[in-house]
Amino acid sequence: MHDTHERLLACIPRLRRYARALVGRREDADDLVQDTMERAWDRLASWQAGTDMRAWLFGIMHNLHVDRLRRQPPACDALDEDTLMNAAVNNPSAGLEMRDMETALMLLPVDQREVLLLVALENMRYEQVAEALHIPVGTVMSRLSRARARLHALLEGQPGAPALKVVK
Amino acid sequence: MSTQRIPETDLHAWLDGQLPVEDQAEVAAYLAGHPEEQARLDAYRQHKQQIQTLFDPVIHEPVPEHLRRRPAPDVVAAPVSRDARPRWFLQLAAGLAIAVVSGSLGWFLHGQALTQPALLSDAGDASGFVHQAVLAHAVFTPEVKHPVEVSADQEAQLVKWLSKRIGSPIHAPRLSAHGFDLMGGRLLPGETGPVAQFMYQDSSGQRLTLYVTKGQSANRDTGFRFLKEGKVSVFYWIDGPFGYALSGNLDRADLSRICNTVYEQLSQT
Repeated sequence: MHDTHERLLACIPRLRRYARALVGRREDADDLVQDTMERAWDRLASWQAGTDMRAWLFGIMHNLHVDRLRRQPPACDALDEDTLMNAAVNNPSAGLEMRDMETALMLLPVDQREVLLLVALENMRYEQVAEALHIPVGTVMSRLSRARARLHALLEGQPGAPALKVVK
Repeated sequence: MSTQRIPETDLHAWLDGQLPVEDQAEVAAYLAGHPEEQARLDAYRQHKQQIQTLFDPVIHEPVPEHLRRRPAPDVVAAPVSRDARPRWFLQLAAGLAIAVVSGSLGWFLHGQALTQPALLSDAGDASGFVHQAVLAHAVFTPEVKHPVEVSADQEAQLVKWLSKRIGSPIHAPRLSAHGFDLMGGRLLPGETGPVAQFMYQDSSGQRLTLYVTKGQSANRDTGFRFLKEGKVSVFYWIDGPFGYALSGNLDRADLSRICNTVYEQLSQT
């Protein structure tokens, strides 16, 4: 049991990294992590030893995040491709590409962003992503493919990337 | 791209190191013959690295202590949100306000409703009923005129009535070995149906409550769990469909001894 607790605690940095990339603001991200941990402690008995704790945990976070989005109508920031271009024009610094990436990620629909981040940050296998998000592997692949194509289009300024409202 | 022979799925799997070894040569050959596809995948790979560069530092940030804290049952959690307050409590407060039971009780309830301290965070799971149990303890033990609905001199009727309403035979444990005598009990509405509260008192006026709720079958049996909020100590456990919470302003060791007696007596029936 103690071992399980340690494993759970050891996952916090990963949860924080993913949450930061998923929701953007540090405070919002840590709120999401806190809620995730509370639910995880509560339901630790339902986690079956020997199964993938990480997929289980990220699944909890996913559910909570979806609940939040459902509860609070997404804040539609005035963030679109123009924002991206302005960011590029106004910040000719070394961190420019990173800024653009951060902005572009937020322009992705949240379901695509989740898949891309779990693959990129967590190096999850596609099957694990499917388990965490409760979707078929085929859906993981199509979301991943669309996420990358969209990100590419946004960052290269290609036409055909429709303006999106940020769903935070 | 319309003539692509390699499925898009395989290109992503290749990029992410998830393509089976036997398929890798074919993808490599395909990309060598399609520079535009190679360029696209190079860009994807670069994006992936940028995402890592952007967020990997978070891994090394010190974790705020509050994120490492276990909320329940051993540690008191964040303040209970308003919507987590059990419905019966509000019903009860409203009912009592109408009944004008006594000025002091009304005042007390008012104070409780406003200042009820942090207890347990989540209703609806194993710890949910504990929260209600502690509230019920806090509400009724200070009551002078009507601490119980039916007093112990009508114990047989009390037990019969509570059993009928709860839908299973229950009985009040004997705690006189610990100096506590049954005062009586009352029926309260709970999340999963009616709930019984037995109250005990010792010669010094110290009071204990035993809260018995049915409908816990969704939860697994637990061992004794302990919670302390302010001066109120609580042991709670789940046994089959029943959830029990024993609350008192005692220290953990004293309450633990009584708790064992309660458990022994209940498991004999």
